[in-house]
Amino acid sequence: MNGPLKLVLIFGTIVGGAGWILTAPSTVESDMLATVSADVERGKTVFYASGCASCHATPDSQDDAKLRLGGGHAFKTDFGTFYAPNISSDVTAGIGAWTDEDLANALIHGTSPEKRHYYPAFPYTTYAQMTLEDVASLRSFLSTLPAVATPNTPHDVRFPFNIRRILGGWKLMFTRKGWVLDGDLTEQQIEGRYLVEALGHCAECHTPRNALGGMKRGSWLAGGPNPDGKGTIPDLTPAGLDWSEGDIAEYLKSGFTPEYDTAGGQMVDVIENTSQLSDAERAAIAAYLKALPVQ
Amino acid sequence: MKRVSFVTALGLTATIFLGAATAHETDNPAVTARMAIMQLYANNLGQLGAMAKGNVEYSADAATAAANNLGLLVQLDQSTLWPAGTDTDSISNTRALPEIWQNFPDVMAKGKALSEAVTAMQAAAGTDLASLQGAMGALGGACGACHKAYRAPE
Repeated sequence: MNGPLKLVLIFGTIVGGAGWILTAPSTVESDMLATVSADVERGKTVFYASGCASCHATPDSQDDAKLRLGGGHAFKTDFGTFYAPNISSDVTAGIGAWTDEDLANALIHGTSPEKRHYYPAFPYTTYAQMTLEDVASLRSFLSTLPAVATPNTPHDVRFPFNIRRILGGWKLMFTRKGWVLDGDLTEQQIEGRYLVEALGHCAECHTPRNALGGMKRGSWLAGGPNPDGKGTIPDLTPAGLDWSEGDIAEYLKSGFTPEYDTAGGQMVDVIENTSQLSDAERAAIAAYLKALPVQ
Repeated sequence: MKRVSFVTALGLTATIFLGAATAHETDNPAVTARMAIMQLYANNLGQLGAMAKGNVEYSADAATAAANNLGLLVQLDQSTLWPAGTDTDSISNTRALPEIWQNFPDVMAKGKALSEAVTAMQAAAGTDLASLQGAMGALGGACGACHKAYRAPE
């Protein structure tokens, strides 16, 4: 073997090895959950604030059926079609056998119990900011919901995105740690920030994305063209939304705009969730949105 | 050869223009009238909403009047206001999706849900502010359910 080839091989092994290590799915430390206590009522709030049912409920279910989390909802994207999995309390088809640690790895690290990367159609880049108390509380609430035996539909994702390991690289580039809105905030704005940036994942739609599907942090919640095709996604910053805090809170409660038109499209699903929050929580979300910088 | 492709291109262009021309603006009075009914809903909901939000002081009489107007609006016979050919595929100045005409029993079921939410508001509006506020959610949900399924995004 000649010199240059040997060098290339050595270099390639180092880069490849480093890449392999860097793209490994990360997890929480087991002992981190030992001292965490779960509160099922808090779990219910986390469930609605995080909008779990909007994706994981059996498609087109209404009212109580929205708590049957058998999955199956299809999401068509540029990368392929993703199918929401079953997160019901069924021990085989769902996640009934999961521990707090399994759920924390999924929500905070986007890592499955088999230590594989989840696709970011599951908004774990948001949930990464969730407290472990909320993770444990959510699990205790989920365990009260019905078991659904529907098996998961495998994702239909094209090459090379079907190689899950490359998601490790995606996570390195786009995983958010810490808050987007920082600085001197009131207690109410801080509560709103947690609801929006850690649970509500408003930014998953309302922040524009780059070609690799990462959020453009500089345009946080500033809206843009709808990737689904028709229409635009509204700008939620004070530059684009001149509603009062009361108007925003009412919209999140009943779906009525200040003109007494109503939400349409996917926001109807979102309001089904936010209508379950308290007035104080909705007011906190409004206070947070009003505190966003004008871009 | 060049000439043929030019003719083909001309034909294609004409087809595209004709295709676009099928969704024309209409001054069909039925379309205007159904939009006007929506405006009347918004106007009365706005009076209730202003009280719910605390922008206007609660008045049992004013709230009851607005709720009763909604009660009249849900009773309007709209059977002549939704003629065939007034959906988003046919005309440009509407957001009414063709699915309305394809799923008529479901549209009626959603209309019934609205009627029930309005009845609940009629009972709540004159009781007290908290009752009024409590009834807004179901009303918004009923409006939104139909808009989600049957109205095109802006």
